Amino acid sequence: MAGHAPSSSAAAGFPVLRWFFSSLGKKTVVAVTGLVLVGFVTGHLLGNLTFFFGPDAMNTYAMKLQALGPLLWVVRIGLLVAVGLHIVFTMLLWKENQAATPQKYAVKAPMKTTIFARTMRLTGLIVLAFVAFHLAHFTLWLVNPAFAGYQTLLNGHEVHDVYRMVVVGFQNPFVSGFYILSLALVAFHLSHGVASLFQTLGLTNQTLRPKFEFLARIFAWTLFVGYSAIPVSILFYG
Amino acid sequence: MNFTLRVWRQDGPETAGRFEEYPARNIPDEASFLEMLDLVNEDLIGKGIEPVEFDHDCREGICGTCSLTIDGVPHGPGRGTTCQLYMRSFREGEVIVIEPFRATPFPILRDLTVDRGAFDTIIQSGGFISERSGSAPDANAVPIPKTIADLAMDAASCIGCGACAAACPNSSAMLFVGAKVSHLGLLPQGKPEKNRRALSMVRSMDEAGFGNCSNYYACEAVCPASIPASFIASLNRQYAVAAAKETVGATL
Ligand code: HEM
Ligand code: SF4
Ligand code: FES
Repeated sequence: MAGHAPSSSAAAGFPVLRWFFSSLGKKTVVAVTGLVLVGFVTGHLLGNLTFFFGPDAMNTYAMKLQALGPLLWVVRIGLLVAVGLHIVFTMLLWKENQAATPQKYAVKAPMKTTIFARTMRLTGLIVLAFVAFHLAHFTLWLVNPAFAGYQTLLNGHEVHDVYRMVVVGFQNPFVSGFYILSLALVAFHLSHGVASLFQTLGLTNQTLRPKFEFLARIFAWTLFVGYSAIPVSILFYG
Repeated sequence: MNFTLRVWRQDGPETAGRFEEYPARNIPDEASFLEMLDLVNEDLIGKGIEPVEFDHDCREGICGTCSLTIDGVPHGPGRGTTCQLYMRSFREGEVIVIEPFRATPFPILRDLTVDRGAFDTIIQSGGFISERSGSAPDANAVPIPKTIADLAMDAASCIGCGACAAACPNSSAMLFVGAKVSHLGLLPQGKPEKNRRALSMVRSMDEAGFGNCSNYYACEAVCPASIPASFIASLNRQYAVAAAKETVGATL
């Protein structure tokens, strides 16, 4: 029969795999990895907001992150695995959904679906491209190799001047524009995604669902405002 | 009233379909949608054209057989089944597009009729209670809290029409399965088999080739029984618990 091949044959001897590769199991994997990524984007924002407390605050934060050493790598690998699973499982779901919908109706009726929900794959993939650029930009210094040489003194120690890197990086209006656009897409993704994950994890009921949907929108666009505040303030106030 | 119908015609499961246009003349506004189709079919027979085949049975909104998609919406505008839709809901002279339910697990048999047998297969996999029913017990013999009884009743009002899967952009049957799993699992008679039921009905749904819910909620918007999508959340929860138990070997 058509459909979810791994759930029956290959995974039969392993209940865990049978669970994860079933329809609802795959959704659960997407929701859990989505939740992990939401945790990351929230924490990352809180860290970034040290920008508004001046160079020393931001450089101290960056130095403390680096000082985590191996722990930082555990987090990085964990995030990489989460992103990987999130994408692979959404694509598996999508492939099955394609197979299940032979022909679209001649008349398109939206029937309650929102633009945020309908663009999840698109916004997700553009966000992925953005994440790659962001890492090349501020972590690997590939976009502007001069970033590698930015040093400053912090409590008498020579450290990497993250603050200056961010300021110089965002003074380029194209870079800032791309960041802000991508952040809006993250907000698109999460204004559906955050509410959706509560439904997928089975934590909603008829009364709670509208509340989760409302809070998810607020949450997603608060993230957007918080993140964008940094490039916007650099663009306008130098 | 007068309308123009654009109707999907398909000779058999394997042949390609096409739209044909037919006029619908002098239709009383109190005619149901199916009665309107009956009138159009009589007209077609008079002209020597094969009548349009469509499914129907009770014509009173309880059997869920009348699976039609009208202007892109399963069961058409308003809340209710196609047989409970009246022509006064349409504008004079309107062009009405009529298609079969479209989903891979509901193959088209002919014109507007589809085989919804996949839903029967899902029910057979666990939508029952393996208990000797005997004669009807006293209504107060098994105490059930009112809130639970109401919730189970809400779920039980699913008529298995398939509109949820037909409306879903992913052809997911999770509203139907959520309603069935919850309706039985909420009540004391159905509780003992709760885990086994959730596992086997979800597997049967997957094997039939239905898609996966993306929380679009189109199902909830068209369901003639007003089943809320919170039953999908409930299905997710029950299935996760059952699958976790099975993983560690704690299911029956
Ligand atoms: C910043 C990174 C990301 C975060 C924070 C994130 C977060 C989330 C969350 C919370 C959900 C909801 C899960 C649910 O419906 O239960 C979700 C769903 C989804 N994500 Fe992401 N995501 C990210 C990146 C991506 C990427 C790169 C893709 C690329 C394909 C993607 C594609 C999707 C899709 C298609 C869904 C919907 C799945 C479904 O409903 O079936 N996401 N995401
Ligand atoms: S849940 Fe609603 S739309 Fe789906 S089969 Fe049951 S009654 Fe029909
Ligand atoms: S014919 Fe029975 S519900 Fe419409």
